[in-house]
Amino acid sequence: MAGRTLYDKLWDSHVVSEASDGTCLIYIDRHLMHEVTSPQAFEGMRLMGRKPWRKDSIVAVPDHNTPTDHWEKGIEEPISRLQVETLDANILEFGALVYYPFKHENQGIIHVIGPENGTTLPGMTVVCGDSHTSTHGAFGTLAHGIGTSEVEHVLATQTLVAKKSKRMLVRVEGQLGQGVSAKDIALAVIGKIGTAGGTGFAIEFCGSAIRALSMEGRMTVCNLAIEAGARAGLIAPDEKTTAYLEGRTFAPKGQDWDRAVAYWATLPSDPDATFDAVVDLRAGDIAPQVTWGTSPEQVLAIGGRVPNPANEADPVKRTGIERALAYMGLQADMPLTDIQVDKVFIGSCTNSRIEDLRAAAGIAKGREKAANVKQVLVVPGSGQVKRQAEAEGLDKIFLAAGFEWREPGCSMCLAMNADRLAPGERCASTSNRNFEGRQGPGGRTHLVSPVMAAAAAIAGRFVDVRNLH
Amino acid sequence: MKSFQQLKGLVFPLDRANVDTDAIIPKQFLKSIKRSGFGPYLFDEWRYLDHGEPGMDCRGRPLNPEFLLNQPRYRAAQILLARHNFGCGSSREHAPWAIEGFGFQVILAPSFADIFFNNCYKNGLLPIVVGEDLIERLFRESLASDAYFLDVNLEQQTVTLPSGEAFGFDITPHRKHCLLNGLDEIGLTLLQADGIRAFEARHRRNQPWLFA
Repeated sequence: MAGRTLYDKLWDSHVVSEASDGTCLIYIDRHLMHEVTSPQAFEGMRLMGRKPWRKDSIVAVPDHNTPTDHWEKGIEEPISRLQVETLDANILEFGALVYYPFKHENQGIIHVIGPENGTTLPGMTVVCGDSHTSTHGAFGTLAHGIGTSEVEHVLATQTLVAKKSKRMLVRVEGQLGQGVSAKDIALAVIGKIGTAGGTGFAIEFCGSAIRALSMEGRMTVCNLAIEAGARAGLIAPDEKTTAYLEGRTFAPKGQDWDRAVAYWATLPSDPDATFDAVVDLRAGDIAPQVTWGTSPEQVLAIGGRVPNPANEADPVKRTGIERALAYMGLQADMPLTDIQVDKVFIGSCTNSRIEDLRAAAGIAKGREKAANVKQVLVVPGSGQVKRQAEAEGLDKIFLAAGFEWREPGCSMCLAMNADRLAPGERCASTSNRNFEGRQGPGGRTHLVSPVMAAAAAIAGRFVDVRNLH
Repeated sequence: MKSFQQLKGLVFPLDRANVDTDAIIPKQFLKSIKRSGFGPYLFDEWRYLDHGEPGMDCRGRPLNPEFLLNQPRYRAAQILLARHNFGCGSSREHAPWAIEGFGFQVILAPSFADIFFNNCYKNGLLPIVVGEDLIERLFRESLASDAYFLDVNLEQQTVTLPSGEAFGFDITPHRKHCLLNGLDEIGLTLLQADGIRAFEARHRRNQPWLFA
């Protein structure tokens, strides 16, 4: 028998049944939930008189609508408040293993708290009504986003109807340069294969540069797999994975831990396993990345210039570039380093973990934000990240630099709460999407790493962070 | 779920690639806890000149004359003709809800994002993958016509052009069966409840820590 990939092993170990056309019923171990994509699913359950198949598989938290300041005032916007209160009521009625309501000390972004409390484990299937569920693949977990109808399906049956994806291997060998991080790897991959390059695939990331990443960095890489079109990103579990998980609240203990670690060691792709597509990148070639357009694939190294549509032969792509330049308010051929920013956002399920905040603080330390930068928001991914950052004094560094230190949540990644761009404002953002209107109607988003965002805040424009080190 | 068998519908061509679900239905409308009512806010930032908020009565809002869907000839459109990577980005099922709520029943594109593609089938929407050459022709013909109709037949798996020419499309037998009959997938899956329980018992023996 030919060797199997990590993805094959995760898939095969969760097939409940397979129909003749290849449609499978897949068992789901962990069901993550937030307030935006779950209310209609619970309502469907209620209308049909159904109960959750396994309520102890559910981990839930409100994150999209929650404010990041003045928690004493509660949630001021009535429809945001109703959505959060609806999650409270649904969890109370249907049950869950873990629920961190608004203002709970562990509340935060669902994709930060799952790994943090050990409810995400290697070998699992994990779903959530959220496309960035791919984040959890960093643990050797088959994790992907689903729609609300599927949320209801998982609630009622603990399974998903699905077909197996193709397998892609993205190999990154070599050593990253100083000032270059996991975010730059992910953006470089998206720049290379495009936002639809991974459509229909589960991407496994491997190679010495991936192995060298911390678990936080690996989560950043897998988080962005969806921006390359792949529902799932995967990284084989190793000793870093087990070291990260050991002792976490919901991680296995005692004999179970030993058995689990032994099982996880069987998960990495076999040496003779084959993939449907292989993409190679050299870590040493990757420079800090900045997106210039309205799709994550519209990305360049910091030394680059904004593209000129006249140089694009494909008419659909040319129109796409013209439209992006008009929306972004940029001139063709201008250097990226000439682009000034109005706001900076450091946060989101992509880059709000402790390592991200340490990296940003490393640049902010002893410096001050530029006068033209109106606001720099630093939003930790969870209550736990926030406490850790404060214990290390990172909050003081940010405040001294003129940055704002906020409460955890999704915040200005998608601007469902009060944190948003005004029309025409330009933002250096550590989040995941630069779509039109994503951070507020008319807002202009440039995706960058935490150190590049902090450097833009200090310089007032995009700069090569490697010159600041 | 609504069933779908056959439709002779008016085509609306949306001539942009990588249309993301944030563009299909902006985030402020995701605060609704209902499953319907999203149709008036479909493509909100492109369709209207003012800023839309949930609950707004859209009848009096200023329309963007540049956005083709606002032309009276597309008012009754039921088939959405799109470009590469349609529905990318956020997993929000509010996107197919808004498309269906507007009155569309079929989407034709050279490629779709995976999660969106899947979400369509749960809502009686039929997404059809069409080759690039044919898509070019459909854009050309529909943009040149005041009322361009296509006839989509799910049972036969065919799309018939005004010229009478027809092309076939692929769909898995499972999805076709569910869509033709408007079946509740949860009900179908629960017919396998014993199989799920047996799998679960085995899974628990192999990895007890998943159930601790």
